[in-house]
Amino acid sequence: MKTLETEVAIVGAGSAGLSAACQARNAGAKVLVIDENSRPGGQLFKQIHKFFGSHEHQAGTRGYVIGQKLLKKTQDCGADVMLNSLVYGIQPEDLTMGIIQNGKNCQLHAKKIIIAAGAKENYLPFPGSTLPGVMGAGAAQTMINVNRVLPGKKIVMMGSGNVGLIVSYQLMQAGADVLGIVEGAPKIGGYGVHAGKIRRAGVPFYLGHTIKQVYGKDCVEAVEIAKVDEKFNSIEGTEMMIEADTVCMAVGLNPMTELAWMAGCQFDFIPAFGGHVPLHDWNMETTIPGVYVAGDITGVEEASTAMEEGNLAGVAAAEALGYLSEQDAAEKKAAIVERLNTLRCGPFGEGRRKFKEHQIADMEALKRGEFVGRCIEK
Amino acid sequence: MILRVIEHPILGTLTDLKKVTLYFNGKPIESVEGEPIAAALLNAGIKVFRTTAKRHEPRSVFCAIGRCTDCMMIVDGVPNTRTCVTPVHDGMRVERQEGLGVVRKEADK
Amino acid sequence: MIEKEGIIYTGFPSKEELMSCPGVPSEERMKKGRVAVIECVQQIPCNPCASACPMGAITIGENITNLPHLNEEKCTGCGLCIAKCPGLAITVVNKAFGEGEASIDFPFEYLPLPKEGDFVDAVSRAGEPVCKGRILKVKNLAAYAGTTVISMAIPVEFADTVRSMKRLPNPAVEGA
Repeated sequence: MKTLETEVAIVGAGSAGLSAACQARNAGAKVLVIDENSRPGGQLFKQIHKFFGSHEHQAGTRGYVIGQKLLKKTQDCGADVMLNSLVYGIQPEDLTMGIIQNGKNCQLHAKKIIIAAGAKENYLPFPGSTLPGVMGAGAAQTMINVNRVLPGKKIVMMGSGNVGLIVSYQLMQAGADVLGIVEGAPKIGGYGVHAGKIRRAGVPFYLGHTIKQVYGKDCVEAVEIAKVDEKFNSIEGTEMMIEADTVCMAVGLNPMTELAWMAGCQFDFIPAFGGHVPLHDWNMETTIPGVYVAGDITGVEEASTAMEEGNLAGVAAAEALGYLSEQDAAEKKAAIVERLNTLRCGPFGEGRRKFKEHQIADMEALKRGEFVGRCIEK
Repeated sequence: MILRVIEHPILGTLTDLKKVTLYFNGKPIESVEGEPIAAALLNAGIKVFRTTAKRHEPRSVFCAIGRCTDCMMIVDGVPNTRTCVTPVHDGMRVERQEGLGVVRKEADK
Repeated sequence: MIEKEGIIYTGFPSKEELMSCPGVPSEERMKKGRVAVIECVQQIPCNPCASACPMGAITIGENITNLPHLNEEKCTGCGLCIAKCPGLAITVVNKAFGEGEASIDFPFEYLPLPKEGDFVDAVSRAGEPVCKGRILKVKNLAAYAGTTVISMAIPVEFADTVRSMKRLPNPAVEGA
């Protein structure tokens, strides 16, 4: 079996992983990024809208352009990227990873590991929800923006968070019709400006509604929606049929934490972050020394925050390897944390900042020997 | 029915697509080299990728990033292949998978 | 269905939200000529509009979740902010366009695009057709990064209502 060696091994070539790679490599560390896909970039290339934030966060630039820039930066700095390679295990004692590369087994020994595996979409069960044509909103986004194929032409979107709103807009940009956005809550979940774009296009919002059933023989033909009570149960007699060929679910994401569990990391359960998330400190280091996390695996947020967390992990790993002086690293980290804090403010961001502080406080508690895994809902 | 998004207001017009042929249950389907099998099939209007083992219910793409395994098919004789992350090559043979699928010997392919 | 008012219920700002929005200019200013109308009513971390303005008429300040504030005297209605807003929440309105008409410049990111002189359905914030609009200009500068800015003439009485145009049928995906 082939054995590879590197200083910083990064799992996932998405926004967080590539940002971490650039930081660590630019500081002088030998870096290897591993990704199971045949192309790097993670989910950035399906983000075709202009990002929010400020100049430092590349606000106003479309996600896929940010992806192109990040790829170029990665190539220019000389970080190695190994594609078609699936990391299936981490041995925490000696930081060795098991990898299947193009069908062949190999192992990789590293001095530091950064897990930036991202997140996957949630699923909402209802009768008919397994029919072809019912898919994740992110899946539809991948189809139209990366593969350039419409999954259908008459779409019903479930979920009015930013993903539901953005993907609805992008489905229309690709030429489909969005027949309505169904949302269980009594109000729209995502940014008003995203909602404004699709409302202007004439798309109705069905707030306080759910999908009761999807009908069709071999694929989606009609969607039955109904009003819900406070417990989100559908109310008899309020049903309404929508003729559609596709249902997209934008009902949240959950972090892909398998490798962190396997490595033995300690976790909190934070519903607002998508479920179980590994504890980490401000260096993004987990409870397993030498194992770092960055991006959606630490709690589902946005590509902009993922990139900053990647930057943080990359700097911290390089510092731990002696490539950055304590002072240089502290300056870099302070600037990154400041940018992170600006992204985690205002009515939409404050909550995430608070949860992140809980997560980090629990890491501190663990270091003092006072940690008990907990569910943080408020 | 055309599902391929040739012209796009943000991403521009698709040009220089390298057309190749994949065979779905023996039927030739025009697709683009390197695109995921799932995209090629959806573009051709094929929605049912497999059926479940017990209740024979139809299934298709759900996550499109290789996580959920709902889109598995028999590809060049290999069952349980995730079609959303497997790129198309010319002459590829894709079959709808009924149930769990079986690994076939080279001679049977 | 009777909707509760407000952006979190309808997807567009209510009259009250617009009245208290620091990015929306006064009636007097709109009657004087071209001016930016920044309908940004939620505190989200975002500030490209401020740096886009060559006149320094849009300010957000240190805290980037502050709502953008428009200095309506400084604003010349140049429209550079329209395509810079990631939320597509900025239009330029001119109630002094002439002969009972107003003009509105708005961002548009669909295909097909209209052509100069075309008559299209002008729509409200809720996507309802309000009146016909006459296309004056269709601009797609490199600096707009993919967003098209369309100028459209409409009857002046609809200047506060109309914010966009109806998507045109796309021949490439007809026959749905």
